Amino acid sequence: MLRSLISRLLQGLALVLAVVVLNFILVHAAPGDPVETIAGASGGMSPELMAQLRTQYGLDKPLPVQLGVYLSQVARGDLGFSYFFNLPVSEMIAERVPATLLLVVSAVLLAFVVGTGIGVLSARKPNGLLSQFITVLSLVGFAAPIFWVGIMLVILFASIWPILPVAGMRSIDSSGGGGWADMVDVAQHLILPAFTLSLVYLAQYSRLARSAMLDVLGSDFIRTARAKGLTESVVLYKHALRNALLPVVTVLGLQFGNVLAGAILVETVFNWPGLGRLAFESVLRRDYPTILGVLLFSSIVVVVMNQVTDLAYRLIDPRIKTS
Amino acid sequence: MFARNPSAIVGMVMLLTMLAVAIAGPWILQADPFEIAYAPLTPPFSAEAWLGTDYLGRDVLTTLVYGGRATLLVGAVAATLSVLIGITLGAFAGYYGGRVDAVLMRITEFFQVLPALLFAMVVVTLFSPSLVTVTLAIGIVSWTGTARLTRAEFLKYRVLEFVRAERAIGAGDARIIWKVILPNALPPLIVSATLAVGAAILFEAGLSFLGLGDPNQMSWGLMIGSSRQYVLSCWWAVAFPGMAIFVTVLAVSLIGDGLNDALNPKLRAR
Repeated sequence: MLRSLISRLLQGLALVLAVVVLNFILVHAAPGDPVETIAGASGGMSPELMAQLRTQYGLDKPLPVQLGVYLSQVARGDLGFSYFFNLPVSEMIAERVPATLLLVVSAVLLAFVVGTGIGVLSARKPNGLLSQFITVLSLVGFAAPIFWVGIMLVILFASIWPILPVAGMRSIDSSGGGGWADMVDVAQHLILPAFTLSLVYLAQYSRLARSAMLDVLGSDFIRTARAKGLTESVVLYKHALRNALLPVVTVLGLQFGNVLAGAILVETVFNWPGLGRLAFESVLRRDYPTILGVLLFSSIVVVVMNQVTDLAYRLIDPRIKTS
Repeated sequence: MFARNPSAIVGMVMLLTMLAVAIAGPWILQADPFEIAYAPLTPPFSAEAWLGTDYLGRDVLTTLVYGGRATLLVGAVAATLSVLIGITLGAFAGYYGGRVDAVLMRITEFFQVLPALLFAMVVVTLFSPSLVTVTLAIGIVSWTGTARLTRAEFLKYRVLEFVRAERAIGAGDARIIWKVILPNALPPLIVSATLAVGAAILFEAGLSFLGLGDPNQMSWGLMIGSSRQYVLSCWWAVAFPGMAIFVTVLAVSLIGDGLNDALNPKLRAR
């Protein structure tokens, strides 16, 4: 057990390392180097100043040396300094992680709870209204672009029906502080972005839960439970539910990369001050240390989520042994 | 069987309509979607601009018609690229097994962990946004699902009798992979490829929305992204392109579902 955990850890580390190296190579393989970008952004720079900057950033050393330097810095937790803000990248990321975390966790939780909820419930009447609603929802949820849904919601709640805020994480006149009033404020701002982000997955999970539930309900052990005289509720929730959750959990964990992508779009639409927006803005600004830092962080999160899903999977279904 | 599925037929009709508009429309309209056609912020259903104009005065109807080209083209080509990569890698992994499989699976895992949108954004920005870079970027990050599917199929088929018979009569690996197993493994792959087109269209829309698409090509995502700040004054500039994307991807999904029902009766979700 411990050995498999350690081997997983090493595999995960190797993956993250590979991501970092790939992106480092990519950034340095592209035409133009970071100093040229900075020079361009500041409206021109003398060649001497550019050479000086290159030495300062270590850009005049051969590529493998730069890679080695970068890796050793990363190992120590130093993700470099943003070209744009001149702040430590790790600090900038840490500052924005809570906002994105809040958004992503809310969205996934919403999708999971509501999605599996209606999926399971609809299995009782496979051709009923709820089931048909799920079929329609799953098609719409997949086909509608997230950013478009977000903007449509902004229109709805900004001009037609102004009961929810549409931008940012807090009201402009808020003083923050984390007290009760602040939490309510954040929660209100969270509703629309979290809902938008959750839509795709809500559609997917409800469909998955429904078909998994229908599959399970047709199996022998459920027939036995019914034959024993157990009430329908007990049959559904105590016996069938666990088995129906499996596909949803698997898919959930594997989709984390997509969720992060969705977060970039949703954060942009709703002006949510999170990691996604930072990623987008640094790509536009060619702020390479920040880009690499965010990529590294996202990959770590995805790797961790994959492992967590694996563990959760084995917890829910004790039949599955270590591969 | 496919012909009896009503929603798939609807999907087919929708897609063909979009294709017809995208191909014939520009030829009929002969306009420049970037051109400032009328007064800015003209509401839709007016005489000059049937779908209104955006904040710059660009005609929304024209952008819809011309935008389809970039979106559909990138979607189709990127999906083809990702499916080709996926099938090739998956076939080799599934057929040869052992070391080859292990290495290819590591590579697949790597690309799965890589944050797709972010990576595509970086690639497009580094190498200048254009139809080519966008297509390549999308294709490079989207193939892992197809690869896994292909690998599973090949693992299933390579131990079967008829494959062993082929080997017994001296057929080479290449022949077995491409002419014997692949045709049998095709049904789920076709469905996966159809869905890949939908996903690629959404991906391209997202990149264009963020301003990272080809700036010289009108695309639906570009329209939504550029009008975003003024959306409270011209909702039509966002609503209609978005609906176009929605209808197109919906059509592709319906076709994919129909194909799934027709080709995989056992795997049909209820």
